[in-house]
Amino acid sequence: MSAEALPLARNLERFPELHPPLDAQAALVEANRCLYCYDAPCAAACPTHIDVPRFIKKIASGNLRGSALTILDANILGLSCSRVCPVDVLCEGSCVLHRYNQKPIEIGLLQRHAMDAFYAKSPFLAAGPRPEAPARVACIGGGPASLACAAELRRHGYAVTVFDDRPLPGGLNTYGVAEYKLRPSDSLREVELVRSLGVEFRQAEVGAAVSLDSLDQNFDFIFVGVGLGAMERLGIPGEDRPEVVDALRFIAHYKTSHETHVGRIVVVIGGGNTAIDAANAARRLGAEEVHVFYRRTEKEMPAFPFEYEHAKVEGVQFHWLAQPVEILDRAVKFSATRLAAPDASGRRKAEALPGSEFAFVCDMVIPAVGQGRLMKLLAKSRGIGLDNGLIAVDRPTGRTAHAKYYAGGDCVNGGREVVDAVADGKRAALAMVRRLEISRA
Amino acid sequence: MPDLSTVFAGGIRCPNPFWLASGPPTNCGDQVMRAFDAGWGGAVWKTIGEPIVNVSSRYSSVDWNGQRMMGLNNIELITDRPIETNLREIAEVKKRYPKHAVIASLMVESKRETWHDIVKRSEDAGADGLELNFGCPHGMSERGMGSAVGQVPEYTTMITEWVKEVARTPLLVKLTPNVTDIRAVARAARRGGADGLSAINTINSITGIDLDTFTPRPNVGGASAHGGYCGPAVKPIALHLVQQIASDPEVGLPISGIGGICGWREAAEFILLGCGTVQVCTAAMHYGYRIVEDMIDGLKTWMDEKGFATINDFQGRSLPKITDWKNLDLNYKIVARIHGDKCIGCELCYIACWDGAHQCIHVDAGDRSAITVTPIAKLDSLREGDGKTPPERIPRVDEAECVGCNLCWLVCPVEGCITMEQIDTGKPRESWTERTGAAS
Ligand SMILES: Cc1cc2nc3c(=O)[nH]c(=O)nc-3n(C[C@H](O)[C@H](O)[C@H](O)COP(=O)(O)O)c2cc1C
Repeated sequence: MSAEALPLARNLERFPELHPPLDAQAALVEANRCLYCYDAPCAAACPTHIDVPRFIKKIASGNLRGSALTILDANILGLSCSRVCPVDVLCEGSCVLHRYNQKPIEIGLLQRHAMDAFYAKSPFLAAGPRPEAPARVACIGGGPASLACAAELRRHGYAVTVFDDRPLPGGLNTYGVAEYKLRPSDSLREVELVRSLGVEFRQAEVGAAVSLDSLDQNFDFIFVGVGLGAMERLGIPGEDRPEVVDALRFIAHYKTSHETHVGRIVVVIGGGNTAIDAANAARRLGAEEVHVFYRRTEKEMPAFPFEYEHAKVEGVQFHWLAQPVEILDRAVKFSATRLAAPDASGRRKAEALPGSEFAFVCDMVIPAVGQGRLMKLLAKSRGIGLDNGLIAVDRPTGRTAHAKYYAGGDCVNGGREVVDAVADGKRAALAMVRRLEISRA
Repeated sequence: MPDLSTVFAGGIRCPNPFWLASGPPTNCGDQVMRAFDAGWGGAVWKTIGEPIVNVSSRYSSVDWNGQRMMGLNNIELITDRPIETNLREIAEVKKRYPKHAVIASLMVESKRETWHDIVKRSEDAGADGLELNFGCPHGMSERGMGSAVGQVPEYTTMITEWVKEVARTPLLVKLTPNVTDIRAVARAARRGGADGLSAINTINSITGIDLDTFTPRPNVGGASAHGGYCGPAVKPIALHLVQQIASDPEVGLPISGIGGICGWREAAEFILLGCGTVQVCTAAMHYGYRIVEDMIDGLKTWMDEKGFATINDFQGRSLPKITDWKNLDLNYKIVARIHGDKCIGCELCYIACWDGAHQCIHVDAGDRSAITVTPIAKLDSLREGDGKTPPERIPRVDEAECVGCNLCWLVCPVEGCITMEQIDTGKPRESWTERTGAAS
């Protein structure tokens, strides 16, 4: 399936982009503002360690392609990261200009400037030369972690096949990120870049159409980057009612289909970034009222502060200390909660207050309460250790308990950012390369 | 309030020492009158002579770090308007603005009668003084004028003498920087009887080449020619040349300083090196006549702070502070001090010292783990950023090794973060001359 198969054009009209790009002159001025720190903190703060001052100075010198290659060298998904990265807590958050009463450099927008120029001109990369001892690697899952792993391996000349069970590769970048931040078409352009390196894509579900045994037989290493799967269920009565749509499905739907139904009064359950993405999307699709219910308070809410602020601007209303107990016909029954004393890890458990139930009228319910963690097959048949539902790995290498298996991305880190998944995939690929080179030597 | 009014080169009076230099901003009477309205104290008319034909394009520039026109280059010639028109407009300006200085810049064929004629006509029109353009480095020089005169001391003396034979107003000679020793030409002008000098005219230059067409700029139908360079980039060169002629006992003439002046600070610098007036071209071309407002305002404020009532009070003050290297004190020692409270952790001083100087600034290799993840606010119990620079990013100076070169202080982006501080060496002042006993 190609990028054209998605009805993208219409979706693009629907949500204007949140941050407009820099024009060439503005980019030049901004690039020149960069101090060109030595051993720069912004590069250290980036999970993929993009050499930020280097790519920025290349923008300043007019070497846009060199700038893009600097970015892609460290992060093959430089395009999507330039749009979705929470730069406030990463590169831009660590810019030394914060300590100089000045605006930090707009690193995200500059990265986007370089990436847009690259994709506008000739978005191809060459694979590395065929190594002396060729090897084959399978990547399960077509999301950022697998794409990064696959690209890094191709740059070292190894053969890679990506197995993905959705119609299109790209994982959450294609299906799950709010569209005003990242358009599916941009995600698919990155997939094409990875394909240009010689990565083979197969849209087939491992464990069903393709067996784990056949992967074991045909590949030297297997990288698991399957994400978190479907959202966790609320586990309360009424959850199967048709007006209940889980947040990831809701976001994926509006990004990829012509029409997405939205209620007049929408209740979103959860306090993470996905809950906020879904709430914003519901507002923009026309919901008159969108209410986010979270069982703790504003203080404990895991969503990023700027996401929260943005949602408030969109008109989303927040309700604290309430958890759902049942989904009724056109209403959700909530119980009020209170916070227990912090436990050993510092988290405060929310406890239902008996007799505090109330019903909240609505005509659509979007649960966004953490995502399911389905790695049972791997655990059972390959002895890959799970930790709290996530795959346990050696962090610097991504190696699992099974020597042939590596893992990274949301299924390892529990659901962080695209850039974290890319870093995981890249680290795992480099660990495999090191092992292959050592075994040859 | 300080008084900026000036009498220059024995008789040119003006309300302030800020003049527009000969060039596009002084092309016609209407412009000069608007300039006087904006506050300029004088104007050197766009060089008058037999009208020429110009090419297009004419200018090119050097941008730096996102800023436009750090340096400007031009291949324009003298005025393209008839002599009579220029002189008629000078007369009109003088009638309406009797207190402002109008200087006729002149360049004609190297014939005695031709020079006599243009000098008389300019003075009849009412010019307060004359400026001989012996400096234009392009085009006119190919025809034996401009810098072709200014580069040969004998010609300079000869034409200056011709002019002096008939001139009734003060005579300035405008010098070209495109010579090995500017003092030789300055002395030649003095011998010819000049009353003052203007320095500098533009510097021979090729600003750059279009990397797609391989044609240098400015592009005139696929070819280019060297031009004259001016603007902020040339100020240090101009200051040096001004200092050279101002310090030369054989010259001893009033100087009108030119080259890269954009504001009151540069003006003050030229005056501190002995200039009586200053001239501006590029900055007025870039931003318009209005810039003179802060030149006047800023200079007056600074003079007030320093207790100077007139230009005379500080004119030439810095000249005694320029000497030959051999007279500098070898036992004066400064070292760099980095003030950690102001340091933002860019480590530019470290890499500059390490790669470009004397390897005496150090950073302790921080423990930066290879694995960085996006912090999830509130769940990851974020290390509360106190907005301070992590101590491991603040460089240290090994003062015993520091040679006091200033490089770290120059590259540091934060005002006052690095200071250069004097160390008592316990040794008396001693120059190279003194140490080696060499005769100076
Ligand atoms: C476009 C242009 C034309 C100029 N024309 C003349 C001229 O006709 N006669 C002259 O003496 N100097 C001429 N100059 C030189 C200026 O008077 C001045 O000496 C020089 O630009 C340095 O000053 P600045 O750095 O303030 O521009 C010209 C300069 C420029 C940029």
